[in-house]
Formats: sequence, structure tokens, C-alpha cells
Amino acid sequence: MAMTQTPLEFYVPEPSGRPGQTTDFSYLRLQPAGQARKPPIDILPYDTRDLAQGFIRVLDDNAQPQGPWADDAPDDDILLEGMKAMVTTRIFDARMVIAQRQKKTSFYMQCLGEEAISIGQALALRPDDMHFPSYRQQGLLIARGYGLFDMMCQVFSNDQDPLKGRQLPIMYSVPEKGFYSISGNLATQMPQAVGWAMASAIKGDTRIACGWIGDGATAESDYQTALLFAHVYRAPVILNVINNQWAISTFQAVAGGENTTLAARGIGSNVASLRVDGNDFLAVYAVSRWAAERARSNFGPTLIEWISYRAGPHSTSDDPSKYRPADDWSRFPLGDPIIRLKQYMMARGIWSEKEHQALQKSCEAEVVAAQKKAEAHGTLATGRTSSVATMFQDVYKDMPLHLRQQRQQMGV
Amino acid sequence: MSMAQEKPRTRPMTMIQALRSAMDIMLERDDNVVVFGQDVGYFGGVFRCTEGLQAKYGHSRVFDSPISESGIVATAIGMGAYGLRPVVEIQFADYFYPAADQIFSEAARIRYRSAGGYTAPLTIRMPCGGGIFGGQTHSQSPEALFTHVTGLRTVMPSNPIDAKGLLISAIENDDPVIFLEPKRLYNGPFDGHHDQPVVPWSKHPLGNVPEGYYTVPLDSAAVYREGRELTVLTYGTMVYVAEVAALDAGIEADIIDLRSLWPLDLETILNSVRKTGRCVVVHEATRTSGFGAELCALVQEHCFYYLEAPIARVTGWDTPYPHSHEWAYFPSPKRVAEAFKRVFQEA
Repeated sequence: MAMTQTPLEFYVPEPSGRPGQTTDFSYLRLQPAGQARKPPIDILPYDTRDLAQGFIRVLDDNAQPQGPWADDAPDDDILLEGMKAMVTTRIFDARMVIAQRQKKTSFYMQCLGEEAISIGQALALRPDDMHFPSYRQQGLLIARGYGLFDMMCQVFSNDQDPLKGRQLPIMYSVPEKGFYSISGNLATQMPQAVGWAMASAIKGDTRIACGWIGDGATAESDYQTALLFAHVYRAPVILNVINNQWAISTFQAVAGGENTTLAARGIGSNVASLRVDGNDFLAVYAVSRWAAERARSNFGPTLIEWISYRAGPHSTSDDPSKYRPADDWSRFPLGDPIIRLKQYMMARGIWSEKEHQALQKSCEAEVVAAQKKAEAHGTLATGRTSSVATMFQDVYKDMPLHLRQQRQQMGV
Repeated sequence: MSMAQEKPRTRPMTMIQALRSAMDIMLERDDNVVVFGQDVGYFGGVFRCTEGLQAKYGHSRVFDSPISESGIVATAIGMGAYGLRPVVEIQFADYFYPAADQIFSEAARIRYRSAGGYTAPLTIRMPCGGGIFGGQTHSQSPEALFTHVTGLRTVMPSNPIDAKGLLISAIENDDPVIFLEPKRLYNGPFDGHHDQPVVPWSKHPLGNVPEGYYTVPLDSAAVYREGRELTVLTYGTMVYVAEVAALDAGIEADIIDLRSLWPLDLETILNSVRKTGRCVVVHEATRTSGFGAELCALVQEHCFYYLEAPIARVTGWDTPYPHSHEWAYFPSPKRVAEAFKRVFQEA
């Protein structure tokens, strides 16, 4: 009898929605606010698997706090600070996108829709904790009070650029704010964050480290390596994965997120892992505080997958209308983090529409003033950059002979 | 001062003991020095370079790592950002490739891209070279891959005195240093006569190592042996092969042991070539785009009118490092001596 065999089929994950279609967001498998439990900080990583597959959310659809994670809600000062930083970040981004179109800079990356994550965590942690960011964490700098002027000088590569025109715009490096230099090579910063945390433990310090990565870059081996070393040495580190669904045009399923969560991979590496609403400022704050306390108490690392949506293009060089539905963000079930926080603050009685308008106005004025001041020092368009002779500095601590000779050859 | 300087106390050491002594001294002198890598902790390394250090300094300072070269280097970079001075071991230079991104894109460039805000003061030790029947995965000499990357310092000692002094300099240096250790030299100078009994370092003057702290600068070559007829530019194991080849050929060779490959002590090289007018470059690594190519280019650029003959190169063949044919691959004293003679015949 002849055996019938089905031909093999090659499988490639696809998003449910492409341009002209409607995304089915049920793949996110969200759960109602307040449903996820809050475990003790000394929980064994394996026992967090329900939270790695589940969903921690504090603010419900009516911006009401729900469940055990709401117990650690930020106080009013933090809420106001968070709101100001989020609004500032959004305005800053919008202005810089325009500046890029005006050729004042070559390139820009906004964090539209993801503001709550970096800002909530910055405010939940100590100001001297160390961040190893990826390229969409400008909120960390703004929340930590780094100057908008300095950020813009970097973006414009002008004569006040703290990085002397060496880095792509937005690849900040700010040691005085505990902000490690952004690489551009993806995922490299994650095991570095673990190494910093190991050093802090070796020295008996109390500071912890945070690594930041997007869903796409979790596919890099450095990310797995970070989880391994974090687990092995019980490093005091928070490993943040921002799952904003898209890595340029690549849907998060291609990074391994289909029918599972990215947090679930942490369980296999024996790292406590939580999946959290990243557009919920209260959830970001409470979960970051939990992970920080766990790390500071020598219970080891935490992986947090933040669910969000990359509302803008990957960068100013990208056009998302070519690969995803145009109305995705307006239909994204977790909404806009600024609107959700605003609703919560209003319900709490500490905020009003009028105050929100006033804040937007004052933030706008602050950003515009910083931009005016920064542009007075030049932009990429004016060519008023750092001295070209600085090109040969900082390759080594002391300039070796061959670089001195090359600088002379260049005639500077 | 008229008082006679006190001579440092010395004792015979293998290169392994000299390297261990360097790490011991630096762990003692600087609380920020940490040593880690595969098997380096409790056991003390597959070549025993870190033996006893964990027992002496505790497992916060000297510890084992997972088998993950990228993780070893990446965590060392993070530690460097914190303020530590990590000394890490890649078990064989052949295994550094998984760490290439962290070495090339991160450690080498962090000072530059942060405009001096962050540094990576790492020392990355790796045994290199052949001569121990290690086959293609335990014999490579990848130095040219590092010298090609700006921001790195690449060092390769050829004897215990230099090994200790250079390693201390490397650990103290604020730039990332690739510290290549010719494993065939760990236990004695090796001149390529593999069929002859091993000569221990205790029989060689450069095996008599000062016990305490001292440094050998990272950008200075050594004139291993002086001669007026021919300049030999070499490093690592090939220093001894060149020495015996010169004796065999009856040529008075100026043998320059580069020690630091990059940044390079060009002055010592040029002075020698201008004196001898003849130059042979010898290295164990494969030939094409090898470090010898850079040396040839520099010598012809600076010494063309002093040269009596074309510069010759003796290198490993452009094949992977074979196992059973190791001695056909390894640049033998015979091959080196033939090249020495050739630069006189071709003149």
C-alpha cells in the first residue's frame, strides 16, 4: 500500500494586519487591570512563570487603579514630575522630527507612545542607579533632569555637542546622569549592564543597573548572554524589554513572540520575569520599584517585558505605512500613556484639563527656548560643528604617534 | 645619589609563573582589579596561569565564568564602566570570535563614542599560536584582526620578564589591551626544533624574573639580538626561531622583538633597517593581510632608499592550522634561514 506523505511547509510568522487591513490585537492576550498577583520580592524565578505569561496592569480602561500593584502607587509629586517629563519628551521629539525635515540633523528617533516606560522607571529608581539604554530612552535623560539644550546640541552635532560630532544623533552618553553611551549595535548593552551590576555587587555598593532593549534585538545572542550572566551571578540588574511590536518593519513574532511572550524566555534562563502594561505609568512605577527592591535585596535580576506600541516610524528614515496599518496606534488596546495618566490624575483630583493645557504650553516654551539656544551654536545644516582636529582625540587615552601623523597629514 | 641602587630580587619563572605573578601583584595593589574567565577561578586556568589566585583573593576577585566569550568581554566592559579593571581570559585566541562585536564595536570605541566619558580599561588575555598539536582551533595567531581595529592595544610577549612587565602595564593601562600569550613559550623558549628536548625557562636569562612590581612599556620594541647585516622584525615564538635561523645561516641579524604590535615602536624598527639595509618579517600567522604586510608597508614607506633588497616575509601558510601537518605549517628554522639567505642573493 502506498504511503501518502504531506509535503513539508515552510513557516514564516506574519502580523495579522498589513496596510489596508485591520490588526487583530487579540494576539497580545491582555488581561484586565488588577488581575495579576504581586509576589514577594524573594520569589524564585520559576515561580514567576504565570506573571511572565500573564499581564500586569494597574490602570483600567477608566484610568482607575486596580489590584495589588496599585498599593505602591506614586505620590502626587512623582505623578506631576512624571507627567511633566512625558509631556516634555513628546514635545521634544516632535520638534526634533521637524528639525530633521529642516535638515538641521541627519536623523532622529522618537519614542512616541512609549514615554511612560523610561520615565516611570527613572522616577521609581534612585538617581544614581545606572542605565544602559537603547535608542528610545530619551525619557530617562529628561526625567533625570539632563539639559534639553545639551541633548539638542548632540542631535544637531553643533559646536557644543558633548560627543564632538562622533555619534549619530540621539546616541547620547551622559555619565553624570548614569546614562551609558548608546551603541547602535543592538543588544551589546545588555550584558554590559549585567557586568556593571556584578561590579556593584563585587564592591558591596547599593546601586543597581538597568539594561534596555527592544523586542527585535532580543533575537541577538548578547541578550541571551545577558540573561545567563544575570542569573548565574544573581546580578542586581533590571533587564527591560520594550515590546513595541515592531523592529523597523519586522513584527515581534519574527523575534520569537508568537504564541508566547518575550518574558517567557526569562523563565528558561531562571530570571524572574514579568509582563507589564508599558503604557500604564502606575504599573511601570510599581513593577520597577518591585524589581529594584528585589535587586537591592540580593535576590537577583528581573526581566520585565513592557507591552507598548511604536506609534511613530522606527526613525526619520522609515515609512511604516509600507508595512503596517495606518490606524494601528489609534486601535492599540493599551492607549496613550499620557492620556491615561492624565485621566488618573484628574480622577484623583490633582489635575485638570486647564492645568494640562498650561503644562503643555510651558513645556513647549521650554523646548523652544532650548532649541533656540542650541541652534545659536549651529546645526548640521550650518556646518558649525566641533573642530575637526578633535576627530583624532579619544581613540586612545594618549594620542599615539601614528594618529598625530595622520592628523598632521589632514592639515589640522 | 651615590648609594648603589638595590638590585631587585629575581627568581627563575616560567612564562606562566611570570603572568601569575603580574596578576597577583596587581590584585594586591589595586582593589579594582578582578580576574575571570573559563576555568580561571578554583582550578586556576587550563594553563594554570591563575592558579592559587582565587584562594588568595576570594571569589569576588577571581572567579569562573560561563563558556561565553561575548559575555566575558561584555560584562568586563560593564565592570570597566563601573570603575573596575577587569583582567579576563579567553581560553584560546581561537575562541575570541564570539566576543568580536564586544571587542571591536564596544571596548575599542567606547572612549571615542562617549568623548572620553566612558572607558574600557580591560586586559583580555588569550593564549595564541601553535606548536602544541592543537589543530585549527587551538593554534591560531589572530593578532592582525586586532591591530586592524583602532582603539585597541595589541601586545605579545616572548619571554617571562617581558610577559610580567607588559601584563602589569596592560592592567594599569586605561585602553583595552589584547594580551596574546604564545602558548608554546609558556614553559620555555622554543626555536622550532620540535624534535629536540624542551629547554626550560630556568636555562634562559630572560626566565630570571624580578619578584616584585615593575613594568615594561606598551609601545616599545626590544632588540633581542644585535647584528649589522639584517633586520628581522618578529614577535612571540618566532623570536627564537629567527635566532636559531640566523645562527644556522651564519648571518649577523638584528632581531627586533616587537612585543607591542600596535601602537608600534616604529623608531626602533627604522633605526635597525637604516643600519642593515635588509629586512625579513617573520610571523606564525597566515600571510595574506597579516601583520607582516603592515610592517613591510611601513618599512618601504620610511626606508625605501636604505634597502639593498626586497623585504621578505616568512609566515604560516594561508591554510587553516593543520593538526598532523603542524610542523609543515609552522615557519621552521629552515624556512626562515632560507629567507635570510635570499635577501642577500636577490640584492
